[in-house]
This record gives sequence, structure tokens and C-alpha cells, in this order.
Amino acid sequence: MRIARNWRTRQQRYSLVGEVCTQCGHKIFPPRDVCPHCTQPAQLPYALSGRGEVFSYTTMTSAPQGFEEYLPYTVALVKLEEGPMLTAQLTDVDPDEVRIGMPVEMVTRKIREDGEAGQILYGYKFRPLLERQTAT
Amino acid sequence: MNDRSTADTSVLLKPDREVGIVGYGAYVPRYRLPAAEISRIWKGGQESGLPVKEKAVPGLDEDTATMSIEAARNSLARAGIDPQAIRAVWVGSESHPYAVKPTSTIVAEAIGATPGVQAADWEFACKAGTEAIVACIGLVGSGMARYALAIGADTAQGRPGDELEYTAAAGGAAYLIGPAGESLAVFEGCYSYVTDTPDFWRRPHMHYPSHGYRFTGEPAYFHHIVSAAETLLSALGRRPADYRYAVFHQPNTKFPQRVAERLGFQPEQIETGLLVPFIGNTYAGSSLIGLSAVLDEAQPGDRVLLVSFGSGAGSDAFSLQVTERIVERRDRAPRTRDYIRRRQEIDYGTYVRYRRKLHTH
Ligand SMILES: [Zn+2]
Repeated sequence: MRIARNWRTRQQRYSLVGEVCTQCGHKIFPPRDVCPHCTQPAQLPYALSGRGEVFSYTTMTSAPQGFEEYLPYTVALVKLEEGPMLTAQLTDVDPDEVRIGMPVEMVTRKIREDGEAGQILYGYKFRPLLERQTAT
Repeated sequence: MNDRSTADTSVLLKPDREVGIVGYGAYVPRYRLPAAEISRIWKGGQESGLPVKEKAVPGLDEDTATMSIEAARNSLARAGIDPQAIRAVWVGSESHPYAVKPTSTIVAEAIGATPGVQAADWEFACKAGTEAIVACIGLVGSGMARYALAIGADTAQGRPGDELEYTAAAGGAAYLIGPAGESLAVFEGCYSYVTDTPDFWRRPHMHYPSHGYRFTGEPAYFHHIVSAAETLLSALGRRPADYRYAVFHQPNTKFPQRVAERLGFQPEQIETGLLVPFIGNTYAGSSLIGLSAVLDEAQPGDRVLLVSFGSGAGSDAFSLQVTERIVERRDRAPRTRDYIRRRQEIDYGTYVRYRRKLHTH
């Protein structure tokens, strides 16, 4: 069951493929049957930029099964620059460095492993925006 | 010195159509383990002449697939093409996350290249990535594909206390190969030199590699790189002075310095691409990350010599000339030294946890 569900949602997990509403133009993530802004049913796939900022966060000191080895880790509500808000784990950051408003960017990382013999699940996380000497 | 007038050009690997690099991208993880810290644990810190300053260590949620994805996204950002136009995604590594199940399908899906695409994993120790580049040159040069993506990436492991533990590191780079008319650097020719040489190996189900110690130097690394480079230069009628930059496989700091000197290159020619002191040996990523750092700084018209080495053993040598497209494309993605500057030092205990060394036998 879980393998099938993970497989169906792989594109939104790997690369933040959401939707854009054909009626009101809002960007939507995750993809859904009707637009939450205008209830229009038809939407087109839309690749989100992956850039956003930390809206709120909490640091986990105990974790669900399969996530224990990543402790302690921070889960954040991230507001994407296109508007949608989503919950994701932060990575490449020490929990005490996280602050509200911190610019972050999406990366694809290992989310969990089903033991030594099972499947590796990959998906989006967010890290502090990489500092670049030459800006785009 | 080789006689240029009688150089054998039939040994060159060169396609009918001119082919080049349309986009490139690197990735180096955030964590660094200083060689002095490894020495502190195993040798009481009394060693002199450590092979590198420090090495890059992947986080708990990173592997060859995730590093390949980020490098590939950087190459696509520079190329500015639709990923649906890519016809091959080939990942060279000796640390694929699965024994059976391609890394390349995960990468192809994540960058939006599926489903009309070739996907396969390549293996040849530290030259698996340049093997994939040669194959991409063939695929694009024959006209079978407009674009093909080659990646070299590894999360290399050394047995605790072994000399390889000082250098075995993580990182990777991706090269989007396409028509010369769209390229930021054009391949002038390449050449592969291979023999059956048992300098380094890993049997199935073994976690750590074995190596032939002193055998890894002269008959393996130096013989293959020198032979590949000299044959390529001779076939193209070139001298070391024709090149602004040269990049050689980097298992430690001394080997590439020595091989450059032996071939007649000056220290200034290898300095830009010599990253091993700061990130360690990233195996299939090693020479390819070095090339990415060179492309970050090269100017139109500059020539670059790239020579990989893979144990077992062989070398792929490439002659490249940079085009004017480099100028506007290179800042569309992070530079390799941006990743190297992003640096979090860790101690040996954290390293043992991150690399799961207590789980393995
Ligand atoms: Zn709407």
C-alpha cells in the first residue's frame, strides 16, 4: 500500500510539482481536486521554484518510527515565494540556527529507509539558502 | 617527445558531429572531517604529511542519488533547456544506494526527464563519470539525441584506520552534453586507455574496498594517466603550453601535482581545479568536480585538459575549448567554491554516526 502511494506522489515529493489554477491563477501545493481559493476543478501542473522562508518551526527530540536516526531535527512550516505553505523537514542546519523568516530552498533528500533491505524514500526538504559569491 | 607529423589520429574518440558541454553543475556536502582529526584517533595525531587538509562528508539524508540530483539541477539551470529534451541520464558511481535498482531513474524523475529517456548506472571505480561522458558524446555526436546527461558522484568509504579513510569523500558533478553550437565548452577529442591492473577492488557484499598499497601509484595511477594524456596530446598535435588549465584525478594532493609535472604542466595550470586538499577524493566525482571549478573561472578560448583515472584500471582524457557562452551561463547556478565555502567541521564521533560505521562490519 505504502509503496503504491509513494510511487504515485513521487513527482510532487521529488521536485515540488504543484498546480496553477486556470481560473484564479493561484499556485497550489500539493495538487488537489479543486482549487482551495475559487473551487475551480481544472488545474495545470506547475513546477514551483522551491524558494521560500520559514514561517514557523519546531525541533523534534522524539520521532515517529523510521525517523529516529535523524534526531534532533527541525520541522518547519515553509511559505513558498509563489504563495503555498507546506510542512517539511529542514536539513543542513543546526536546530539552534533556525529562525522565523529564514530564507530556505528545496533540496531532494532521503526521507526514510525501510530498514537495511527495504525501500529508500526520497522527497523534499528545505535548507538555508546557499550563500553565493556571485548572485544571479 | 612524440613526432607530431606521424601522430595516429585513428585512436581518438571523436564523433562525426561536434559536441560540447551545454551545462554543468557540482555538489559538495556541508560537513568536513579534518585529516588531523582522523590522525588524532588512529595515530595519536603525530603524523606529518597528511594527504589532504580535510574531506567532505555527506549528511545522514544524503547519498549518491541526492547529490546527483542537485548537481543535475545545477547543470540544467546553466543549460536553460527543457529536461524533456534529454534522452539519456547516466550516473557513474561506486556507491549507488541500491545494489539492484538504478540511481539514474531516481535522478531522471527528480529533474523531470522521464519517461522518454535512457537511464543506466555506470561503474568503473573513479572514472565511471567520465565513461558516461564518453557515451554521451557518442549518443549526441551520432545524432541519436540532442542532449544527454552524464554524472559522476560518490559517497566513498574507507575502512576505519585505513589510509583511505583520510581521503574517501563525498561529492559529484553533472555534465549536460549537447550540440557544439549550443555549448559553453566544445570537445576537441578524447581518448581512453585501459588495462587489467589490480590496484584497488571491492568484492560483492563487502562494505569497504581493498587495495594494493604501493601498487596504486606507479603501475596504476601514473602509468594510465600519463599514457592517456600523452596519446591524446600527440593525436591532437598539442603541447601542455596550449592549455590554460589541466585537471587530473585527485586521490590525494601529491599524485595530481606529480603527474602534472611529469607531463610538463606548470602548477598554475592545475591550481584552479585541484580541490582534493579541501574536499578529499570524491571518487567518480573527483576530476569532474575539478573541471566544474575550472569552468567557473575559464575565459572564452581557453583550452582545458581533463584526465580521469579509475582503478582496475583506466583513464579517459579529454581536450576541451571554452566558448563565449560560458560568460552568461556560469552564474545561473552556484559555483563549486560556493559549496566548498559552506563548511561545518565535525569530529570523528559525529563522522562515525553520519557514516553509520557502527552499523557495518
Ligand atoms: Zn483558483
